[in-house]
Amino acid sequence: MLEMTWRRFRRHRPALIGVGVIVLFVLLAVFAPIVSPYDPEQNNLDIRLQPPTLEHLMGTDELGRDLFTRILYGSRISLAIGVLSMMLAVTVGTLIGAAAGFHGGGIDAVLMRMTDVFLAFPRLFVLILVTTLLRQLNLPWLPAGSFAPIIFVIGLLSWMSVARLVRAAYLSIREKEYVEAARGVGAGDARIMFRHILPNTASPIIVAGTLGVAASILTESGLSYLGFGVQLPTPTWGNMLRSAQAQMTYAPWTAVFPGLMIFSAVIAINYIGDGLRDALDPQREVR
Amino acid sequence: MTRYIIRRLLQFIPLLFLISVLLFTLLQIIPGGPTAAYANNPEITSEDLARLEQRLGVNAPLPVQYGKWLGNVLRGDWGYSTVTQRPVLREIADRLPNTIYLMGIAFVVALLIAIPMGLIAALRQYSIFDTLTTTIVFAGQSIPIFWLGLVLIIVFHSTLKNPLTGAPLLPGDGMSTLGAPFSIGDYLAHLILPVTMLALYQTAQLTRFMRASMLDVIHQDFIRTAHAKGLKERVVVVRHAFKNAALPLVTILALDLPGLFNGAVFTETIFSWPGMGRLFIERAFLFDYPVLMAILMINAALILFFNLVADVVYALVDPRIRYA
Repeated sequence: MLEMTWRRFRRHRPALIGVGVIVLFVLLAVFAPIVSPYDPEQNNLDIRLQPPTLEHLMGTDELGRDLFTRILYGSRISLAIGVLSMMLAVTVGTLIGAAAGFHGGGIDAVLMRMTDVFLAFPRLFVLILVTTLLRQLNLPWLPAGSFAPIIFVIGLLSWMSVARLVRAAYLSIREKEYVEAARGVGAGDARIMFRHILPNTASPIIVAGTLGVAASILTESGLSYLGFGVQLPTPTWGNMLRSAQAQMTYAPWTAVFPGLMIFSAVIAINYIGDGLRDALDPQREVR
Repeated sequence: MTRYIIRRLLQFIPLLFLISVLLFTLLQIIPGGPTAAYANNPEITSEDLARLEQRLGVNAPLPVQYGKWLGNVLRGDWGYSTVTQRPVLREIADRLPNTIYLMGIAFVVALLIAIPMGLIAALRQYSIFDTLTTTIVFAGQSIPIFWLGLVLIIVFHSTLKNPLTGAPLLPGDGMSTLGAPFSIGDYLAHLILPVTMLALYQTAQLTRFMRASMLDVIHQDFIRTAHAKGLKERVVVVRHAFKNAALPLVTILALDLPGLFNGAVFTETIFSWPGMGRLFIERAFLFDYPVLMAILMINAALILFFNLVADVVYALVDPRIRYA
């Protein structure tokens, strides 16, 4: 199964390139201190707003910090937020969808109405308010200075589509014969839900999760751009764009490069998701 | 049908109620709250602040405050902005039309580009045009639109100049030139960049659905039958295929609306467009909670309403669907 999936995935060239791009980004993020000799938060007012040169590949920002270095350190946070908030969203979505689809009836009705409520929230506005709230509350397990609140908020406002997907899968699978067989040999609800049905819903969850990482990266950068996400001086791709705005007319590189990073990361992940969708769905014809 | 619509509308009431309770609670538990705007004002003493809190009733228990808010809203009184002291409804009435104006034009532009593009791409599947369309669609869905806005300003406002006057090629902020006499040309020029920014994602999304839906339809039997009857290609495409392919699009149109709202927030912020999204961002920094609450509720209601519109229109155009 795994081998076949890989064989099909390999034929999707954009997805392969996407994997290459993401691997490169992750390596650069992990080895940032080795890749770049500069300190991401060290000001150097003598070299403010210098255009890209060999010494400063992407130029310097308004405080003379090396832009490339800040982008590398920023990618640690942007990528981590993307992955972690998606994992939270997929976990919550899977649990809610599984409970609703497996049990049906009253539980299903309540959980799905709750999903409707979350879907009717004006998402961006609520994201802004909840991040503001969490920053002010400064909970011990979600310290305001860290980026944990952002992960938490994005995760808790992004699980709805996964929940609907998983519910639909559970609704159809729970009637299958092998589920009945499992029940026949005395398997309990929890065992059937997670050991027998869950593996068979993996494909759509994996695809939704992959695309979810891209969406989370976009959401984080958007929030940080508006000033409600990760706060300075910690760099992320989004808040770098925010600070670039003031001088972008005469120092356009400060705005171009961070956005280019978001764009390439998101498009790479979207292509990977596309490739996975083709590879995991045996019914889909592969060109 | 009428009964179905009425039933759905009635379902809105508990849903909106629940949403309003959640959002109201959320706004109230944010420390700082409605008096935060005055807390750092040196001309307001702590006694004044206490009096103000008393008058605003912010020290009452949460359910009491919610009850008061709900009672007022049901009577059409959304309260007063804590920043400008103006009635909330007046604040919103000033901004909402600008947002609708921007979103409406972006929406029409997106439709006008997406429908023919998706249609042609589907009819010539695997052609260069199709490959190009698919690539553009992918890029359009992945680009951070606020960055697109910044790049548009860098290129068309601060870099490219009008060769005759030396002024920026296109205006980069506001709805019209301040102080200039009214001219349609000026208004149109101010629309170009924000509409491009806002319409791109929508165009990508709609093109993708149009193409997929058209591909679905043209491989069905009744299209082959139409061809076999000797109908002209044009007739088959327009009368038979397009009509059926456009059906799912109706739902997508309505369900994509929240996305358009999100996009409008960024567009208005970047282009200093005096709309509702920008109002929200400005007031979120100042904790102007009556205004925030009103904007949140208007958005939630619109999202629910367009969900219903999607279902109803879908049923109206597709006679196979019956709602009891």
